Amino acid sequence: MSRPNTFARLGAVAAVAALVLSACGTTEDKTPSAGTSNGGPACGEKLAFMGALTGPAAGLGIAAVNGAELAVDQYNEKHADCKVEFVKSDSQSDPKQAPGVAKSLIDDDAVIGVVGPLFSGESEAADPLFNEAGMPLITASATKPTLSEQGWTVFHRILGNDETQGPQVAKVLTDIAKATKPYTISDDSAYGQFLTGATDSALGDALVGHDKIATGQTDFQATVTKVLDADADAVFFGGYYPEGELLIKQLRAGGWKGTFVVPDGVKDNEYIKVAGAAAEGTLVTCPCVPGDTIAAFADAYRAKFNEDPGTYGPEAYDAANVFLAGIESGINERSAMNDFVTNYDGEGVSKHVAFDEHGESAEIPIWAYKVEDGKYVALKQLA
Amino acid sequence: MDFDFLFRNFADLTITGLALGSVYALVALGYTMVYGVLQLINFAHSEVFMYGTMAAAFAVIALGGAATTSTGAAIGMLLVALVAAMLVSGGVALLVERFAYRPLLNRNAPKLVALISAIGMSFFLAEAMGLRDKITAWFGLDDNLEPYVGRARNVVPLPDVVDPVGVFDIGGYTVTSIDLLVIGGALVMMVGVDQFIRRSRLGRGIRSVAQDPESAALMGVNSTRVVQLTFLIGGLMAGAAAFLYILRIGATRYDVGFILGVKAFTAAVLGGIGNLRGALAGGLILGVAENWGSAVFGTQWKDVVAFVLLVLILMFRPTGLLGEALGKARA
Amino acid sequence: MSTATTQPRRTFGQRIEAMPRWVKVAAMVLLALFFYALPVLEPPFISTKGSDFGAVMFSVATYALVALGLNIVVGYAGLLDLGYVGFYAIGAYTVGVLTSEHAHWPFLLVVPIAVVAAMVSGIILGAPTLRVRGDYLAIVTLGFGEIIRLVANNTPWLGEAAGINQIGRPPNVTLFDVPHLDWSTGSPLVDLNDKTTFLKFGISDQIPYYWLALTVVIIVLFADRLIKDSRVGRAWEATREDEDAAELMGVPTFKFKLLAFAMGAFVGGLSGALYASKAAFINPESFVLILSILFVAAVVVGGQGNRWGVIVGAALVAYLPERFRGFEEWRILVFGLALMLLATFRPEGLIPPRRTVRARQMEQEIEALEEGEEL
Repeated sequence: MSRPNTFARLGAVAAVAALVLSACGTTEDKTPSAGTSNGGPACGEKLAFMGALTGPAAGLGIAAVNGAELAVDQYNEKHADCKVEFVKSDSQSDPKQAPGVAKSLIDDDAVIGVVGPLFSGESEAADPLFNEAGMPLITASATKPTLSEQGWTVFHRILGNDETQGPQVAKVLTDIAKATKPYTISDDSAYGQFLTGATDSALGDALVGHDKIATGQTDFQATVTKVLDADADAVFFGGYYPEGELLIKQLRAGGWKGTFVVPDGVKDNEYIKVAGAAAEGTLVTCPCVPGDTIAAFADAYRAKFNEDPGTYGPEAYDAANVFLAGIESGINERSAMNDFVTNYDGEGVSKHVAFDEHGESAEIPIWAYKVEDGKYVALKQLA
Repeated sequence: MDFDFLFRNFADLTITGLALGSVYALVALGYTMVYGVLQLINFAHSEVFMYGTMAAAFAVIALGGAATTSTGAAIGMLLVALVAAMLVSGGVALLVERFAYRPLLNRNAPKLVALISAIGMSFFLAEAMGLRDKITAWFGLDDNLEPYVGRARNVVPLPDVVDPVGVFDIGGYTVTSIDLLVIGGALVMMVGVDQFIRRSRLGRGIRSVAQDPESAALMGVNSTRVVQLTFLIGGLMAGAAAFLYILRIGATRYDVGFILGVKAFTAAVLGGIGNLRGALAGGLILGVAENWGSAVFGTQWKDVVAFVLLVLILMFRPTGLLGEALGKARA
Repeated sequence: MSTATTQPRRTFGQRIEAMPRWVKVAAMVLLALFFYALPVLEPPFISTKGSDFGAVMFSVATYALVALGLNIVVGYAGLLDLGYVGFYAIGAYTVGVLTSEHAHWPFLLVVPIAVVAAMVSGIILGAPTLRVRGDYLAIVTLGFGEIIRLVANNTPWLGEAAGINQIGRPPNVTLFDVPHLDWSTGSPLVDLNDKTTFLKFGISDQIPYYWLALTVVIIVLFADRLIKDSRVGRAWEATREDEDAAELMGVPTFKFKLLAFAMGAFVGGLSGALYASKAAFINPESFVLILSILFVAAVVVGGQGNRWGVIVGAALVAYLPERFRGFEEWRILVFGLALMLLATFRPEGLIPPRRTVRARQMEQEIEALEEGEEL
């Protein structure tokens, strides 16, 4: 008795499905407006930022995205009837999330360029996708040198990489910190390991010891013991600020009195806030220019965000402006934009912006900073 | 493999290892007690610990602690922080018992399901702390609570109210006041709990339920109350551990519970799950072993040391070092 | 007085069982076809906006595969394994090392090697530890999973924390293009711009990977069915329900437990191998402890011991966080809450195995008898 009923029900469902599917038509070919529009700026375009907006590394991400956002806002003020939409994509700088985030940017046809990804690890994961999709990108902060050696035509880097930063760190240790017994500590990230390795090579025999810590680690007692045992008078930590701030706190608590040297991954206000007194006197190297000394940029930044520009702010600002210049000249599709970026040559606030055949920046200033009275103070330009 | 380094700094590594291990031991107590009474692994205990660290940090921040605070005031603040941590951790532990375990235990659900429920609660609690800025914004409180909420997933520092003072020297290492406080404090707590379980009436209740729940019920022991008490004591100890932890490390994070919980649990198993003294022994041994292992093999292998130790002990002595279960404690 | 001819209402499951065989086969085929077509159909409510739907479906398929493997260990043999991600990682890293890091062997050749490696590790882990009591096994496996991840994290030969990238892919066989459906206008239209090439395993389009994974899932389902209904499955059931009694009855429980472990490792390694190829980039962070716990949660929430139940559980665990990506930050919080609620209100799982259903019905019948009600 129940069988015919079930049969009938299945048949009915099949019939409905067939009806629905038969209503299918074809979409008109949705071609994006081809090439360039008639001389005016391209409208309806989107510029994306990809990086950590939440999560432990968010400090650096927010400092960068603000710089880019400032550029977009300034552009939109000038072009009020043809605005550019700014898309902030949060990848938490996690290499696992990066491909998914990249894919959603790629799928959005209006996104014409990406400022980012923020970190080297996530770049390794996401850039192959951007490359395959032809999406031009300019990273304002990912410094691992191998990124430009993968043959990705869409890759551009607007700051110096760690191959140049490594020797500068060694110089800071020997010349500014006047260290006779430098010790290096790296974390386990792609960035930290490479940079510390480059520094070790530059230090050569002067290096008295090396240790490695893990991201997310909070107890560094064994490392403190090693530093004290080696009688190091300066320590370079290649890594990011969540670990750096705890490391210096514990080093000082353990009675170590030497000079602490860190790279751009630690240069964030969180570092000073958490490490407190222990952060005083820390030396910082960074392929980033001191934003607060660039008057026009710094004033506009403070007016909008109520705080001083952070690390990579000026670089992200310049990167966004490259894309915006392309949009202004009427480009509205990705391969044309990529050509524009690759051939770009102009003045930015952080440097003269131009890219070589690998996507590396032609000009690579590296600065030294010091933490004094709870703030980062620019010391001098190293290169 | 650097054995030389180990021998040169033996005192340093061992004493700091004991300090770290004391924290593990106190947290391990919670795991071992719940297991002794319920034969359940309390996955949410790691979050109980984390909330304690946050409470301690917030207490000192609320009281206006800074590097300039006088010693007397600093000690007062720290005491408040300790009490706050213990109360908050105890409270969270009771919540875990009420919402993650009791409904399932009442329905006689399989242990594995209770485990999943505890895991869910653990995620929930950790994320709630990580999202506290969004949650307070919802209620419009985020401005008033700014110093506690800040960028919620960031590291929360304990203000530098104390300067570690060198007290005496052993084998080339200057033992600081904080080291003494951590190790001494933990020992006092452990002895306290041990005595409580062995001597007091409530402690006997716990032991009887651990030994045989049905007979205990027949003898008039209220097993619900006993379970609550077990969770509470575990929570109080975790709160103390949280205070000692943040004193040593100087900061905490919303996700600090997880890895510490796994290690503390490892310590409990190492010493013999269900055995209180085992938790103490296991914790101290684990802390020292981790430091020695870091010294010999390199700091990045720290965690591997813990797990390899665990696997070896379980393969060759599955009941753990001290073996006995909670129920079999000699009166 | 009730009449003797009143039959108890049949459950949905019983009615499905009662249908003739050809109907069941036809329904299965239709269901399979539907799942193959799903990412191409992109139905409006199910399709995920913030993430690539094809990638999410692949994720669901790999989780389903993992859940099936873990189901053998936890559901059939009753062994609590909290370190399953270790086998997954071994499969993935074998593929990574042999196709990218230290050699460039073809993917299809490396997969069997990866699977064998995982299986061997399962046997190596199981041999000394399966003699240990239930809860201790859980802890040992947890330790094992973490050791695998940490070793990968600290060994330069395995790429350390930076991981391995540009992992090999299955060979491309470009045959034809399958257009997707576009629902933005409300009714389905064929979008000729959005196409999936059959079979091109590229980086941006994950759907061919999904098809591959789905095929593997179907094959494993068949194998699972064959094994469960055989002598091996019965031995597992006996061991799970009462190990001592089973030993007394002459079942070599240790050998069968080891077999369950090895088979679970096999499936886990296979899933890991597929994942490595699709992701093209793996690092130790991809294999954290939480993943082991998610796998166990998928099996328990879905209904441990029921192969369809665990697939549903896996689908939930993999799909829900992606579907609600708009609520980005709240995902894990809501997920934790969902786990708690599901465990509390449905402890037997969403689709419990038949023995649990039967056992509950028996309980109800006995209760009814005891209460003196009519049957």
